[in-house]
Amino acid sequence: MSIRHSLLALLQDQPRYGYQLRVEFESRTGATWPLNIGQVYTTLDRLERDGLVQNDGDDGEGHVIYSITPEGSLAVRSWFDAPVERNNPPRNELAIKLALAVTLPGVDVAAIIQAQRVASIRALQDYTKVRRDTAANQRPADTAWLLVLDSLIFQTEAEVRWLDLCEARMVQQAEAAKSQSARQQSTGVTSEEVRRAEARR
Amino acid sequence: MSVQRGQQVLELAKVCRTFGDGATSVAALRDVDLTIDAGEFVAVMGPSGSGKSSLLALSGGLDRPTSGGIFVESTPLADLGLNELARLRRRAVGYVFQDFNLVPTLTAAENVALPLELDGTPSREAYRQAREAMDLVGIPELANRFMDEMSGGQQQRVAIARAIIGERRLILADEPTGALDSTTGQGVMEVLRSRADAGAAVMLVTHEARHAAWADRVVFIRDGRIVDQAAAMHDPAMLLAQAGF
Repeated sequence: MSIRHSLLALLQDQPRYGYQLRVEFESRTGATWPLNIGQVYTTLDRLERDGLVQNDGDDGEGHVIYSITPEGSLAVRSWFDAPVERNNPPRNELAIKLALAVTLPGVDVAAIIQAQRVASIRALQDYTKVRRDTAANQRPADTAWLLVLDSLIFQTEAEVRWLDLCEARMVQQAEAAKSQSARQQSTGVTSEEVRRAEARR
Repeated sequence: MSVQRGQQVLELAKVCRTFGDGATSVAALRDVDLTIDAGEFVAVMGPSGSGKSSLLALSGGLDRPTSGGIFVESTPLADLGLNELARLRRRAVGYVFQDFNLVPTLTAAENVALPLELDGTPSREAYRQAREAMDLVGIPELANRFMDEMSGGQQQRVAIARAIIGERRLILADEPTGALDSTTGQGVMEVLRSRADAGAAVMLVTHEARHAAWADRVVFIRDGRIVDQAAAMHDPAMLLAQAGF
């Protein structure tokens, strides 16, 4: 997540101070990605150093106000114009876990898949409930939050579908292995003998 | 609705269903225990051939188990004769199928009223209740339409209205969104959810995680056995914090 660009985009809207930026960011994304205030100030310092925002001084109540510079506006525009980077590819712990599980002896892959499926469905139930409650008494401010929830729902659903696919593949493989060994039994030729025959050719 | 929340509407106890016999027999369900309370929405998920649809057919008395007991509001279905069973299906149990099963020569409202009329309710009263059920599923304007004048989503809503007319305490839905696009499918889930919130016990068979997620409880079935269950955590705040990476 780009905190840098998010804060710049909020400053494009109007000058703000650090705490306001945090509140605004969280309300527009439904507090899905909590920001800590230290992160906000560190980011503002860097943006100022890079000439993308300027420090307009104290507002008289002890808040330091920041506003966007023309360079900052350009940076916001190119952020919106460019697709988000795929991170080549994004690290996915579940995919890594399953990839290792299928290659290691003695790991019950089916159990891993089922445990994950239950956890993912549970998450999906919760997202769906929050979405339902939010949509039922929708305020204008909730539009952005509903979009974020939809995104979480789609991601989780994709995860469950992928788990179904992994499981189906494993069943297919197990059946293929079974029927291969049945064929070998019926011809009386072992796989070792097949390999040797192939090597001779 | 006269049922009270938390009251047990459906109970399956050690239910087995085997098709065929001897060496070629196939066990569709093995030792299934499951209860659904009034006001509870349960989704059943599993790969094709896992026994999902058998479970639904048995729960509504469309099929008989090989062994074990099935109880709808404490009435053992095994004790009911064919006529009594048909009466129970018309009175207490509502079905929603993937292919809507509407009668093409009847209007939407006539289709919805049909189970009550078959059961001896005077036409006018059946029709009044049909209009009420159609209001509940958000299609009051379709009362006089015939099947070929409605979209798939509209027909499915008519089928749901037919399934909830009267005081149906148990609603059984078999892949009801299978033939619908995703927005219409979500509308069907909203209707099922609201029936459960109003006190009905709902069982939904689906392979779509997105739809199962509307349920209070998700039951996973595999090779005829219930292998797992998932209930919502009801702590969305924690979950959302976790999603914050």
